Amino acid sequence: MRAVITVVGKDTVGIIAEVTGLLSKHGVNVMDISQSILQELFAMVMLVDFSGCDVTFDELARMLERRGEELGVKIHVMHEDIFTSMHKI
Amino acid sequence: MLNTFDILETIKMIEEEHLDIRTVTMGISLRDCISDSIVRATQRIYDKICRSAERLVPTAESIEREYGIPIVNKRISVTPVSLLCDAVETDYVGAFAHTLERAAKTIGVNYVGGYSALVHKGFTKGDRRLIRSIPEALTETDCVCASINVATTRAGINMDAVALCGEIIKRASELTADRESVACSKIVVFANAPEDNPFMAGAFHGVGEAECAINVGVSGPGVVAAAVKRAGDCSFTELAETIKRTAFKITRMGQLVAAEASRRLGAEFGIVDLSLAPTPAVGDSVADVLESMGLETVGTHGTTAALALLNDAVKKGGVMASNHVGGLSGAFIPVSEDAGMITAARSGALTLDKLEAMTAVCSVGLDMFAVPGDTPASTISAIIADEISIGVINNKTTAVRIIPAAGKTVGDEVSYGGLFGSAPVMPVHSGSSERFVARGGRIPAPIHSQRN
Repeated sequence: MRAVITVVGKDTVGIIAEVTGLLSKHGVNVMDISQSILQELFAMVMLVDFSGCDVTFDELARMLERRGEELGVKIHVMHEDIFTSMHKI
Repeated sequence: MLNTFDILETIKMIEEEHLDIRTVTMGISLRDCISDSIVRATQRIYDKICRSAERLVPTAESIEREYGIPIVNKRISVTPVSLLCDAVETDYVGAFAHTLERAAKTIGVNYVGGYSALVHKGFTKGDRRLIRSIPEALTETDCVCASINVATTRAGINMDAVALCGEIIKRASELTADRESVACSKIVVFANAPEDNPFMAGAFHGVGEAECAINVGVSGPGVVAAAVKRAGDCSFTELAETIKRTAFKITRMGQLVAAEASRRLGAEFGIVDLSLAPTPAVGDSVADVLESMGLETVGTHGTTAALALLNDAVKKGGVMASNHVGGLSGAFIPVSEDAGMITAARSGALTLDKLEAMTAVCSVGLDMFAVPGDTPASTISAIIADEISIGVINNKTTAVRIIPAAGKTVGDEVSYGGLFGSAPVMPVHSGSSERFVARGGRIPAPIHSQRN
């Protein structure tokens, strides 16, 4: 299963390292990543593959959301299909 | 790779504009539960619902979690219970409502629809038993919803049923006088009722439906309002295009959830209902969409045209986004459940007569509005007859969910909290309709029903 992880918030040092560190620890492969800073607002979008993950989708999503709160950014983890169905015909 | 802008747009819709799946409703056939013994029939109903819908709530919750899209309500609709009332040997059939309530509590859904009768052409014994039991049954239960189909374009209007509904609603209001006449919020009177509607209080699982089906209702007035505001002072052509595009995106999400839920539950994919369903939350209002088009307040001149445009554009955008579209599919304009409608009704900008005109161009009808508690039953029946006529003549679904607020009058409000919101008591015309309603019989089907 593939999911989209978005990270939005105030830019600070080490956001990407924190998120990707957690992902690699649980065997989640990052397939694509794009990041930009718009007026000091950090926005990162990642496409990841969950098939090798050692915890459930739900557990990892909760971990990421908690880590996001600690970093002061908002992290969403959502199944890829929601975006493809909404934006592609 | 997906476009970052598209991804952030979806997240914004969910986080800031109240985009959600309003309901995942499982329709369950109860035709194999019929028995001459009400004890046996109720036992079969309880067992069947618990068996069929056992995984409904956890499955919906896991979809919610994986896709990151809130599913606000998980519900059940069943075969019109009047069909089971025909066979039983007892006259009071309230036990069916208690059984539905018990099953709903066991599986964890918040409403169950289908305490219903279809009497557009006449009553059977079971229909009469069911309708007569509605006031008590809905007073004694919390989550059971009743509906009565009193007319179709093909059959005309059963005015005996319309007259009876006025009395039933009045009695339900009095029985729950100490609870803001709440029983009336669970009774819908229909013309051309759809058999696959996922929305309460009018949901039931029609006799032409499969054994078990998943019907999904999407929402999203907040998303449409935000898109209309962003479009600025554009022409109507561009405005309609903006709404169509937005409706398409909203409906695609409903289609995805409906397909996934039916696959995981092993149930038939029924329909996606394209309705824009408001909630009393600020920013989740159909009235807000209409006002964003340039009306100072909903209810003023231009409101009907704005609603017609909105309703049509939502359908055009939504139809292409789903395999099967059904249910009510259009914009809902319940007074108590929409912050903008509440404000307009409170200030007097929105009258009952204007509301009736609005229902001619959108889905459903006169919904969740309060009238004075001393309104005669015949006036309630006449309000129903007017609204039902609009549906019959225009070949569309219309419905009435009216709350005669026991012990209250114009200037007062009924307040339910939650999704049901609050409704200011609206004035009704004082001229009597009693002799008209008392005639009885049927209003014949309109000429354009003759299509064969």
